[in-house]
Amino acid sequence: MTIRVAVIVNGTEYARDVEPRLLLIHFIRDELGLTGSHWGCDTSNCGSCVVWLDAKPVKSCTLLAAMADGHAVRTVEGLEQDGRLDPVQQGFIECHGLQCGFCTPGMMMTARWLLDHHPDPDEAQIREAISGQVCRCTGYENIVRSIRWAAEHPRSGGAGERAGDTA
Amino acid sequence: MQVPSHVEYERATSVEHALSLLSRPETRVLAGGHSLIPMMKLRLAQPEVLVDINGLAELAFIALDGDQLRIGALARHADLLSSAVAGECFPIFHDAEREVADPIVRLWGTVGGSLCQADPSEDLSAVFAAVRATAVIRGGDGERTVPVREFHLGPYETAIRPGELLAEIRVPVRPGTGSAYQKVARRAGDWPVAAAGAVLRLTPARGVRRGPRGVRRGGQPPRAGGSGGVVPPETTPPVIESAGIGLTAVGAEHFVAAEAEDFLVGRVADHESFAAAGAIAAEHCHPAADQRGPEDFKRHLVVELTARALRRAAARVIP
Repeated sequence: MTIRVAVIVNGTEYARDVEPRLLLIHFIRDELGLTGSHWGCDTSNCGSCVVWLDAKPVKSCTLLAAMADGHAVRTVEGLEQDGRLDPVQQGFIECHGLQCGFCTPGMMMTARWLLDHHPDPDEAQIREAISGQVCRCTGYENIVRSIRWAAEHPRSGGAGERAGDTA
Repeated sequence: MQVPSHVEYERATSVEHALSLLSRPETRVLAGGHSLIPMMKLRLAQPEVLVDINGLAELAFIALDGDQLRIGALARHADLLSSAVAGECFPIFHDAEREVADPIVRLWGTVGGSLCQADPSEDLSAVFAAVRATAVIRGGDGERTVPVREFHLGPYETAIRPGELLAEIRVPVRPGTGSAYQKVARRAGDWPVAAAGAVLRLTPARGVRRGPRGVRRGGQPPRAGGSGGVVPPETTPPVIESAGIGLTAVGAEHFVAAEAEDFLVGRVADHESFAAAGAIAAEHCHPAADQRGPEDFKRHLVVELTARALRRAAARVIP
């Protein structure tokens, strides 16, 4: 048995007939071919699968695709706007916020959400925000720095112009 | 790769619609799904039908209604954590919600789902037991209420019958109350090794008598009003009118430390009473040794966390 799941992902409408048991992360990766979101621990612990459902980040390994029907999804592919990287993405470049890169999409989606609600977070707030996400390279220091960089370089100026501003 | 087994999916559009969908056998309510879906992946739960209630905005509220705080079953953990009115009435909710899972999970996991999961290590069960909340359950025959202290029948087992739905939790709000929750976990977002929640209602002490040290028996502080020397009122701590103590992850029956609560009623609210209550709570719970620690360590935590929660609750009492 399949059901129709229609979602708007990063502004584009998609509809697929899928099994009700299909998890959102597999829907995004396997049905829609958007492989930026990573499928990690499968137990809602690691956070590499974090995407936004409507305005809130969610661990997409712990949501059925069916639950997203009729809703908007934002993935890491939707962070850049008009060809410009989001400040969070630029921050990860500037501050070496990734090593192997597996946790990075989830970290960045959570970071964007944090900054949308707390534009000037201190280190403790950043660490709390990403406390449900695991970097197996243990590169947390640089992840925190990357998010701080993004806080100090908000979107208004345009990320493209800011590239190389600071290290 | 972990995937749930085959299941049908239905989306409820109203409470009545949800109840009609739940009348089918082998049906489970799907709210935040952050316990149910992992359990389905592991085949610990294998419902044939899921009824998604996430669209039921009528169950997603937190409001002060007269002398009751009403929390809809679909309120998210993050909603309770950010609710000013809940935090003012019961700081214990904010203490506990800061410790539930992680910020992302808290955006989706629901208060009602936590109670219905009835996991022995789940924080809110002890919290709602401590505050003596009442569960409001809707079914085909209407509404019924169950005290949270009678809601949990055992691990993963509640008073909710097939075809029923937890609609809201009501908490009596009374002046002179303070509350707190103390938890020890091994790392951020982990289940507790042990945790304790406390709610105290105090009455200002006037002319309360305290026994001199010489007449105390068994190291326990005397009950207020007992025989003994009179301590000047300005140095006398207030008296405990009622106490609620919830324990998490340590095998306390219904998540409650009933003997410690009984001990405290009528006693002066001082550190000595709280320490004694912690010892009684530890004596009457049944922690199991597991990967989070041996039994004696967990009992030690119950002693200390109960006393700390009581101290903090007393300090937060607003007359």
